[in-house]
Amino acid sequence: MHLTEQDVAHVARLARLVLTDEEKHTLAGELDRILQHADELAGLDLAGVSPMSHVGGGETVTRPDEPRPSLAPLTALANAPDADEQQFRVPAVLEG
Amino acid sequence: MAFETVIGLEVHVELGTKTKIFCNCANEFGAAPNTRVCPVCLGSPGVLPVLNAEALALGIRAALALNCEVRASSKFDRKNYFYPDSPKAYQISQYDEPIGERGYVEIVVGGGVKRIGVTRVHLEEDAGKLNHSPLGDYSLVDLNRVGVPLIEIVSEPDIRTPEEARLYMEEVRSILRYCNVSDCRMEEGSLRCDANISLRPAGQRAFGTKTEIKNMNSFRNVQRGLEYEQRRQAEALAAGGEIRQQTLRWDEASERTILMRSKEDAHDYRYFPEPDLARVELSAEYIAARRAEIPELPADKRERFVRQYGLPAYDASVLTASRALAEYFDAVAALVRDAKSASNWIMGDLLAHLKVTGQEIEQVNMTPQQLAQLIGLIDDGTISTRIAKTVLRDVLEQGKDPRVLIEEQGLAQISDEAALRAIAQRVIEANPKSVEDYRAGKEKALGALVGQMMKETKGKANPQMVNRMIADMIAGD
Repeated sequence: MHLTEQDVAHVARLARLVLTDEEKHTLAGELDRILQHADELAGLDLAGVSPMSHVGGGETVTRPDEPRPSLAPLTALANAPDADEQQFRVPAVLEG
Repeated sequence: MAFETVIGLEVHVELGTKTKIFCNCANEFGAAPNTRVCPVCLGSPGVLPVLNAEALALGIRAALALNCEVRASSKFDRKNYFYPDSPKAYQISQYDEPIGERGYVEIVVGGGVKRIGVTRVHLEEDAGKLNHSPLGDYSLVDLNRVGVPLIEIVSEPDIRTPEEARLYMEEVRSILRYCNVSDCRMEEGSLRCDANISLRPAGQRAFGTKTEIKNMNSFRNVQRGLEYEQRRQAEALAAGGEIRQQTLRWDEASERTILMRSKEDAHDYRYFPEPDLARVELSAEYIAARRAEIPELPADKRERFVRQYGLPAYDASVLTASRALAEYFDAVAALVRDAKSASNWIMGDLLAHLKVTGQEIEQVNMTPQQLAQLIGLIDDGTISTRIAKTVLRDVLEQGKDPRVLIEEQGLAQISDEAALRAIAQRVIEANPKSVEDYRAGKEKALGALVGQMMKETKGKANPQMVNRMIADMIAGD
């Protein structure tokens, strides 16, 4: 499978990224090589190998239950496309 | 045609930790919008969630209290969905390796004990809260609740009536509150319930088509929502119709279920292992330590109250409604001659007082020792039951010992034979008609004389003593 510049433009639009034609061209090539690598992996014979969900030792990693200050609301909302009443304002959505 | 109802419940419980499950933001209900959020809550790129040790401990404790087998090794997964209540566009949950499985909860129904299977208990994070604009043209999002630790408890489809569903919910709440896992306040959303319900012809093994009801935000609404849906499905099936697999929302105002979505738009969550969180590996010692944290649970307490104190099952169930109330009763019962009297005072006057003042038993201004003292003073004849009610009220208001109040107000019963005899003589002389009636065989007339006697002594005469004394004195005249 080959990734086209149209595919890159489509994904960029979904991710709300604005790309130049040159970037689209470069990314199409780079993403294509990543997918090719995945194809190579998919070709491996893994019969009898149990799935590995995680890399690393079998130690549970936890942190103590101690509160630390949160962000100031203005900072929390700084990247919001729209805000109102100290909340993120989003287009009306039906209950999911 | 007779139908059998089949119900399964999914219960979500917010854990009573100080911080969120994967970051150090405070886990608090009711804070101003977006004041308990950090880059982890906001789903900012590059953040790393780390599991809260206390959330894990409470989750394991809950799973054990619900009689589950705990997995020594489990993991977290990403549940992908796109909705503004989740900035990451996925919820960290557990898919195929939940912390607990194959448990059960026992409920008391129809005079017997019924076991409801618990399929699984898993840890996950809560989502944010959407406030829809009045005109429905936009929504405001408060992300304080994002990352609040939750356990989801999934029951087996063992529930057969809406009443059983409510009883199961109440028992789950009671168990989790006893274990200090959660405050389980439905009105604050720290205990939430979704239900699956289907009907099948009596005797049929295969399940009928189910619907799912969401948003039942009180125990009463769990039962009412299911009763409505049970009736709706029965009517549809009886009329030869079919049930469509749907998700419904219980609408309290109109008292009916409203369609949210049908099966066609069922989600595919594309679960996959959460790569940012290490696997959870639990030693036998760790699990044993969590098990040791579980106190005597409500079912065991109920059973013990009946066995040890000879209480009626009803008393035992009222007194074990909360752990604090049960412990209060235990403390009083240990100090009095007859535990039933402790039960009567607690279930009667004390619970009535709590209801009127809106207090919890923990806040009450009377120690178990003080209540036991009051009961002891009735038992030894120092005060009558009627006076005791007044004293109880004063203890609750002033926090003083019953003995002190009785002394201060001179409320002790008059049990002095000579003093009572003198008053009895006056009463007999002043009421010749009643004396005559009693002699003529009217038993009731004695009551009138005793009443006079109590009036003279402002209720402080020992009634048994007075009864006997007046009867003897008239007979002896």
